[in-house]
Amino acid sequence: MAARTDTADPQRKAVIRQGLSVAIATSLYGVSFGALSVASGFTIWQTCAISLLLFSGGSQFALIGVLGGGGGIGAAIAASSLLGVRNTLYGFQLTTTLKPRGLMRIPTAQMTIDESTAVAIAQETLPHRRLGFWVTGLGIYAGWNIMTLVGALAGNAIGDPKTYGLDAAASAAFLALLWPRLHRREPVAVAIAAAFVAAILVPVTPVGIPVIAAALVAVAFGAFRRLGDGDSTAPDTTAPTGDTT
Amino acid sequence: MTFWIAIIGASAIAFALKFGGYTVPPALLEKPRVSRVTTLLPAALLAALVVMQTFTTGSQLVLDSRAAGLLVAAAALLLRAPFLVVVVAAAATAAGLRLLGLP
Repeated sequence: MAARTDTADPQRKAVIRQGLSVAIATSLYGVSFGALSVASGFTIWQTCAISLLLFSGGSQFALIGVLGGGGGIGAAIAASSLLGVRNTLYGFQLTTTLKPRGLMRIPTAQMTIDESTAVAIAQETLPHRRLGFWVTGLGIYAGWNIMTLVGALAGNAIGDPKTYGLDAAASAAFLALLWPRLHRREPVAVAIAAAFVAAILVPVTPVGIPVIAAALVAVAFGAFRRLGDGDSTAPDTTAPTGDTT
Repeated sequence: MTFWIAIIGASAIAFALKFGGYTVPPALLEKPRVSRVTTLLPAALLAALVVMQTFTTGSQLVLDSRAAGLLVAAAALLLRAPFLVVVVAAAATAAGLRLLGLP
C-alpha cells in the first residue's frame, strides 16, 4: 500500500512488493494455524497468544501438534524450541545488517523469522535489506495475527481446514522456502538426508523428535564434512542421539 | 492451565532464541564449522518440515492429497511461479482431489 514514499528508487518498490507478497501468502496460512489450534483443543485466547508471543510458524505448529496430540509440556516446548533455534542463526546473519540498539532489539528479535530473513538476505544493498526485513516482518506480524484470529473464530464454521487444502498449502510454503537453497549440491544432500531421517523416525519416535534428528543431520554434515558427498547417510534406524558435538 | 504453561514457556524460549542471535559476537560466526552448520541448518529443518507436513499424521506415515499438492508446488517452483501461486496451486490441488473423495 504505502509503496510510493520514495519514487527515486524503483528497487525499493520491488523490495516492498516482494515483502508484501510473502507477507500475504504467509498470513493466509495463519488461518490454517488458527483453525487447527482450536481444533486441537486450544481456546481462542490461547491461539491468539501463541501467534502474538511465539510468532514463528514452525514452532507454533509443533507446539499445538505435540500438545494437541496428547504429548507432554516438556516434549511440546522442546519441539517448539528446537524449531526456534534457527531464528538464533538468522539473528547471527542479520545482526551486522540491522545493527539493533537498545529497545529496538526487542521488535527486531521478535520479527526474526524465516520469511523476513529470507527477503532481507536476498537484497543487494544494506538499505534494501533493512527495508525487506521490516516490510516482511511487520507485514507478517500484522497479517498472521489477524488471520490467526479469523481462523480461530471461523474454525468450527469453516470445518476441517483440509477441505480447503490448507495443509497442502503449508507443505508448499515450506517447499517454496526450501527451494532457493537447493542450488548447490551440499544443501541438496543435507535436505535429502534430513527428509529421510525425519521420515524413518516418524513411526518409531515421539512427535517432535524427527525434526530434531533432522537438525542433527545438518550439524553432522557441517562438523564432519570430510566424508565427501554423503547423499544417503546411515540407512539404519539407530537414532543419532548425542554422538555429535 | 497445562496449555498456558506450555504457551508461556515456549514463547519465552522462542524470544530468548531470537534475541540471542543479536548478542552473539560476530567472531564466533566466522569459525568455519559454526558457519557451515549455520548455512546447512535451514535446509535440513525445512526439508524435515516438508516431510512432516506432507507425509505424516501424528506418528503415522501417510500418502494422501497433500502429496499431490506438493508435486504441483514443485512443478510451479520449477516454472519459477511466485510464492503465492505455488501455495495456492498446492491448496487447490489437494482441495480438488478431496472434493473427488480422495483422502
